[in-house]
Amino acid sequence: MGRLSWAAIPFDQPVVMIASGTVGFVIFCVLALVTVKGWWPYLWREWITSVDHKRIGVMYILLALLMLVRGFSDAMLMRSQLALAAGHAQGYLPPEHYDQIFSAHGTIMIFFVAMPFVVGLMNFVLPLQLGVRDVAFPVLNSVSFWLTAAGVLLVNVSLVVGEFARTGWLAYPPLSEVAYSPGVGVDYYLWSLQISGLGTLLSGINLLTTILKLRAPGMGYRQMPIFCWTALASNLLIVASFPILTATFAMLLLDRYCGFHFFTNDLGGNPMMYINLIWSWGHPEVYILILPAFGVFSEVVATFSGKPLFGRRSMVMATMVICVLSFLVWLHHFFTMGAGADVNGFFGIMTMIIAVPTGVKIFNWLFTLYGGRIRFTVPVYWAIGFMVTFVIGGMTGVLMAIPPADFVLHNSLFLIAHFHNVAIGGVVFGVMAGISYWFPKAFGFTLHERLGKAVFWCWFVGFYLAFMPLYVLGLMGATRRMQHYSNIHWQPLMLVALAGALLILLGIALTGVQLAVSIRQRERNRDVTGDPWNGRTLEWSTPSPPPAWNFSHLPQVGRADAFWATKQEPVAAEDRNAKRTYGSLHIPRNNPTGVYLAFFAVLLGFSLIWRIWWGAGLGLLGAIVVGLMQAWRTDGEIEVPAEKVEAFERIHGVKGRAV
Amino acid sequence: MHAASPDRMSPEVTRTPSASAMWLRAISMTCAAMLMASCKEGVLDPHGPVGKAERVILYDSTAIMLAVVIPVIVLTLVFAWWFRAKNRRARYRPDFEYSGRIEMIIWSIPALVIVFLGGIAWTGSHDLDPPVPLAESTAPLDIEVISLDWRWLFIYPHEGIASLNRLVVPAGVPLRFRLTSTTVMNSFFVPQLGSQIYAMPNMVTRLNLEADQPGTFEGLSAQFSGDGFSDMRFNLVSMAPEAFKEWASTTKTQGGVLDTSTIAELVKPAKAEGAQTYAQVSEGLFDRISSGHMAAVSPQRGQ
Repeated sequence: MGRLSWAAIPFDQPVVMIASGTVGFVIFCVLALVTVKGWWPYLWREWITSVDHKRIGVMYILLALLMLVRGFSDAMLMRSQLALAAGHAQGYLPPEHYDQIFSAHGTIMIFFVAMPFVVGLMNFVLPLQLGVRDVAFPVLNSVSFWLTAAGVLLVNVSLVVGEFARTGWLAYPPLSEVAYSPGVGVDYYLWSLQISGLGTLLSGINLLTTILKLRAPGMGYRQMPIFCWTALASNLLIVASFPILTATFAMLLLDRYCGFHFFTNDLGGNPMMYINLIWSWGHPEVYILILPAFGVFSEVVATFSGKPLFGRRSMVMATMVICVLSFLVWLHHFFTMGAGADVNGFFGIMTMIIAVPTGVKIFNWLFTLYGGRIRFTVPVYWAIGFMVTFVIGGMTGVLMAIPPADFVLHNSLFLIAHFHNVAIGGVVFGVMAGISYWFPKAFGFTLHERLGKAVFWCWFVGFYLAFMPLYVLGLMGATRRMQHYSNIHWQPLMLVALAGALLILLGIALTGVQLAVSIRQRERNRDVTGDPWNGRTLEWSTPSPPPAWNFSHLPQVGRADAFWATKQEPVAAEDRNAKRTYGSLHIPRNNPTGVYLAFFAVLLGFSLIWRIWWGAGLGLLGAIVVGLMQAWRTDGEIEVPAEKVEAFERIHGVKGRAV
Repeated sequence: MHAASPDRMSPEVTRTPSASAMWLRAISMTCAAMLMASCKEGVLDPHGPVGKAERVILYDSTAIMLAVVIPVIVLTLVFAWWFRAKNRRARYRPDFEYSGRIEMIIWSIPALVIVFLGGIAWTGSHDLDPPVPLAESTAPLDIEVISLDWRWLFIYPHEGIASLNRLVVPAGVPLRFRLTSTTVMNSFFVPQLGSQIYAMPNMVTRLNLEADQPGTFEGLSAQFSGDGFSDMRFNLVSMAPEAFKEWASTTKTQGGVLDTSTIAELVKPAKAEGAQTYAQVSEGLFDRISSGHMAAVSPQRGQ
């Protein structure tokens, strides 16, 4: 069994055992319930093997929500540890455990919370907004999702079997090399990210192809909704940057497994190379996450102001400028590595230049609000909260782009506060806005409004309480990743930060309550029109939830905000009564390739982590066989007969305003 | 932009309940208290020319940006409030989606800010480039810094002495550091003196700092380096130049020798505890370590 033995399970650590025992028990109960109720066939048919982009999008978001709970429990552990470990106190988490927690927190929040949230939203929304029936490669889409899920599983297994990396979320060598991290922690990190990273890359290719090749008739780039534009930029970045990540990790894996010397201290290895490479993925990654969030805010602000987006061309231009510039700023993550004044100055200025298009975006939203008739729904709360919060995060970001300022702020809690300011205030707020905005489209009923606002206030106030003290602590000289500190003056601020984290915890709990209450009251909040918000883009022209084929007739698009334009045109009586003719449609058939591949990927990854070579061989072989079987499949589609399409349309009538 | 003119807005604003004013006061007082707390230590309380120059940059650039950021926040709230659907006095302009004049302004405002800040960034990174010697008449003191697992070793090459976990320097004298590491990366940082720089294996980085008055300042590693990282702290003791000379000569008479065999002991992972000095340092030790020509310097960390 390679290195695997019973010693890998930390029976001597009560915290870990209780936590994982509880999680194991909950999983067991859920599986038992599903089995007893006989829900397996339904789950298998409708979700697990589904290649419908809407279902896959929903599964991505569910996965992200689950992992948000995991990542956030890490955050609570860290905040409570630091609230306690002042002066001579050591807190309750020893360094070898604490180091795993912050590494897992960062890894999980970026790769398994933010990414699936954003990819999930894009998956769900893009084909509907583009007016098409699915993504370009539906089966590949399912494969992408399941590979991401495989990575998630491996990360969580590390909680019980073995350990996770103790290197920080980017695993800088030489610390992550065998000489300094001989355990399996870094291997868990590397293999779970290699597997999920492959999923992300495939998803990027898929969505990019969808945007470039599959738009509704008449929809040129000028007519494309703004969320699609931001998704286009984001997926371009995925396709361009994720191969860098994979290659960098592959080199580190060669170092660790085969005794190579890419990044080691000796025999010509150069750790600085890794740091450059990882950030030439890492900085675009920031924009992969934030650009779709910008897209959500653009849709939300325009819709609820009852106006088109102000300065649409500016917005598109700003998005694409950010997309390109994001590859030219990576060095600002390590001004303190001694690059020299010219290099530091160049990258500092490039970084600031990105702030120009970002600032333009803020002004565009501002002038979209201007002259609007704003309905203060939950998504609008998130959007306004974002605009107020994000400019602060942007300001501290630009501050740190000045190399000499970074010389005193680098790696401090000020930096931590900055990136949480943009990650929470930008990405999380954006995703939350997106979820409450598109939820009725996905499920056919709106979410509970007042609970949604309560969730917003918890996050909003909680964020300020949790991270404003961190800005101050950073200025006071507190550095990141410390497990305890001697300066007792820091403790009051740490306690405020803990209070903020508790408030956010309440917000997360209320999200659960909101979902439960909304599901119970779904009949009361049913969206029968398909257009609960008086929307502007094509997804609102479909019934909620849309049929598997999205559109029975592909819409004809003449301008941006296509659906809004259609609604403005008076529908002639004869048009309304005109009988539409329906043809049969072809939709992709369910396909278990993704879940089978994920199974073998987990086997492969787990075996490689523990050096169980026969298991790795089996996993690889299985994956190849599954791939070959998929290659020989010829029954990729099923036909939906015209009568079925017509019957559906008659029941869920899109009110004769088919576009 | 008549709809948002201040005189028409004022009745709306004054009608807000006083509870929010109280909240505002409480929040602003908390912020003020936090800011004051931060001024007494750390990078906002510098004791050297580098730190002071960096504080000026922090203040200047924050002020420049706040001049835009605060109006944007206020405008966001004002627009959102005034153009709420229930406000019948706000003019609804469902087709207001383009204005060349506004477009020009919204591109130029951030661009102008960035022109200012870009200038600061460019001159700042040249003036405060860590390897550039400080413009002072006094001859600098050379110090070689070696990061260990998880301690700091300071060698005074001209004095031929060394100190572990305690950095003693003369006040008012420029300090010229060369840094390397026997282990993973660390970052050498004394917040109250200014700039930090990475200490990396097989690599020499350079840094120039100065303490302008006597005092004790905390130093630390600002780059995570493993389990003992949190304790990888040291005191920088700045003393009058005469006192420093005395300290150096006393040190020369006490303590052991720092050579290859001592280093072999020091590179073993250990918690940072207690300070120690060395009366003698073998010639070229730092260069041998930083060029990777020392067999002793490749420790394996246990699990």
